[in-house]
Amino acid sequence: MLDRPISPSRRAYIGVMGLLCALSVLLVCALALFLIGYVLAAGLPNLSWELLTTKPSYLSDTIGILPDILNTIYIILAALLIVLPLGAGAAVYLTEYAANKRLVSVIEYAAETLSGIPSIIYGLVGMLVFTGVLGTSLLAGALTLVIMNLPTIMRTTQESLRTVPQSYREGAFGLGAGKWRVIRTVVLPGCADGIITGCILSVGRILGESAALLFTAGFAHALNGFFTGLASPGATLTVALYVYAKEQGEFGVAFAIAAILMLLTLAVNLTAALVGWYFRKRRAL
Amino acid sequence: MRSRKQLLETAVHGIFLMLGLVTVGCVLLITVYLVVSGIPAIRQIGLVPFLLGDTWESTAAQPSYGILPFILTSIYGTAGAILFGVPVGFFAAVYLAKLAPTQVKSIVEAAVSLLAGIPSVVYGLVGMLVLVPGTRALFHVPDGASLLAAIIVLSVMILPSIIKVSITALEAVPKEYEDASLALGATPIETYFRVSVPAARSGIAAAVVLGVGRAIGEAMAVMMVSGNAANMPSLFESVRFLTTAVSSEMSYSSGLQRQALFSIALVLFLFIMLINAVLNFFLKGQKEG
Repeated sequence: MLDRPISPSRRAYIGVMGLLCALSVLLVCALALFLIGYVLAAGLPNLSWELLTTKPSYLSDTIGILPDILNTIYIILAALLIVLPLGAGAAVYLTEYAANKRLVSVIEYAAETLSGIPSIIYGLVGMLVFTGVLGTSLLAGALTLVIMNLPTIMRTTQESLRTVPQSYREGAFGLGAGKWRVIRTVVLPGCADGIITGCILSVGRILGESAALLFTAGFAHALNGFFTGLASPGATLTVALYVYAKEQGEFGVAFAIAAILMLLTLAVNLTAALVGWYFRKRRAL
Repeated sequence: MRSRKQLLETAVHGIFLMLGLVTVGCVLLITVYLVVSGIPAIRQIGLVPFLLGDTWESTAAQPSYGILPFILTSIYGTAGAILFGVPVGFFAAVYLAKLAPTQVKSIVEAAVSLLAGIPSVVYGLVGMLVLVPGTRALFHVPDGASLLAAIIVLSVMILPSIIKVSITALEAVPKEYEDASLALGATPIETYFRVSVPAARSGIAAAVVLGVGRAIGEAMAVMMVSGNAANMPSLFESVRFLTTAVSSEMSYSSGLQRQALFSIALVLFLFIMLINAVLNFFLKGQKEG
C-alpha cells in the first residue's frame, strides 16, 4: 500500500457511486417486497373456497373463478404440447443438422425477432390468422402462445444441446448408429434439462399473458372439459383479472386473482431455480 | 435394407429442417399479415394525414384518423420509463455483478426474477389502485389516470430486463482488466465504474434498447393506468399509446376504423423492427468485445 491518502475528489466519487448503488438495490428490493406484500394483503382476504370452486352466476349474483383456473390450465397444456416438438425440433436441427451457416443465422435472427415482438401484435395476428379458422377459442389463443414461446423453448434446448459432449455422439456413431438413432438415444436424453427449463419459463410466460389472449381466446366464463374448452372461448386468470378490474369494477375478485397469480409466479420462479440447481449438481458429478 | 435406412435418415433430416424453418415462417406470416391488413387504411387516409394528423375521432360522424398523439405518447412514455428505469437498473446491476456478497446477490436476483415474472395485468391493477389515486392526491389533478402513472408503471416493468442483461454484460468483462486497474491503485468502486462499465458498454446499451422495446410494446398495464383518451401527450392528462389504441377499440371496431387499427399495429411493428435492428447491432458489438 502506498501511504498517499486518496484525494477528497476521488473519495467523493467513490462515496456517491457507492451510495447510488446501495439506493438502487434497496429500491428494487423495496418494490418487489411492496408489490408482493400489497397484492397478498389485498387479495388473500378475498380468496374463499366458494370463489375457487364455482362459476359466476347471475342468478345468485356471485363470482367464481373455477372456469378461469381451468381455462388457464387447458391453454398451458395445449400450448406446451404443440410448442415442445416445434421448439425442440428446431433446436435439434440447428445444433445437429444444419451445415449452412447462412441458414442458421437466418433462423436465429427469426427467433430473436419473435422474442422482441410485443404480445399485443401477437394477439392481433392470432386474431387474423387463427380465429378466422377456429373462431374465438382457447385453441386459437394457445396457437398464438405457441408462436410467442417458440424462441424460449428453442433457446433453452439449444443451450443444453451444446453441453452434450461431442464424444458421446462420436461414440454412438462409432458403434454404427445412424444419425437419427444417435439423436433419439444419446442427444435428446442429454438435453432434457434444457427442455424442462424451457417449459417452466413458458408456463410462467403463459400465466402472465393477457394482451395476446384478449382477442384470440375471448373472455367467457363457461365451465368446460378439456376438449370442449379448447373449442370454445374462455378467459384465463389474467384476462379475467383485467375484465373484473377494468370493465366491472370488481376489485376484490381482481385482487384475489392477482394474489393467486403472484403465488403461482413465486412457485414458477422457485421451481425454475430448484430445477436449475438440481441439473447443475447432477452435471457436476 | 441399407437404402431403407438412408431413406429414414433423409426423411428425419427433412422433418427437422421443416421444424427449424417454422420460426422463419412465423416471422414471415406476422410481417405479411400486418402489412397486408395495415396498408389499405393508410392508402385510403393518406400516409401524411395518418401519421401526422393530430386528431383521432374514429367514431365521429366525420371521422378523422390521425395517430400522431399515439406515436408521441408512446415515445414520451418510453423515454420517461428509460429516464427513471435505466439509472436505477444500471446502478443495481453494477452492485449485483461486482460488489454484492454472494448471499445478498442471490436474494436480490430472486427479487428481480419476481419483478420479471409478475403479470402485466397485476402491475396494471396495483397501478390503478395505488398510483392513479396517488397521482391525483399528490399533484391535485382531476384524474390520476395519466401519462405520469403509465411512465412509473413502465419504468418498474423494464427494470428486470435492464438489470439482467447488464449483469450478464458486466460479468463478461475479463478479470485481468479489473486486476490491472486495482494494481495501479484504483479502489474497487473506481475500477468497476471506470474500467468494467466502459468495457461492458455494448451490453449495457443492449440492455437499454431491450428496455425500450419492452416499454413501447407493453399494452395491458398501460391500458389500466393511462386513461385511454386520444389526447396529445401531457404528463397529467389521460393519454393513449400505440398499443392501447389497438386494443381499446378492437372489440367494437368495423370498416375503415378497424383497418386503421391494423395500420397502427403496423406502425408499432415497424418501431419494434427498428429497435430489434439496433439491439442486434449492440449485441454484435458485445460479442466482438
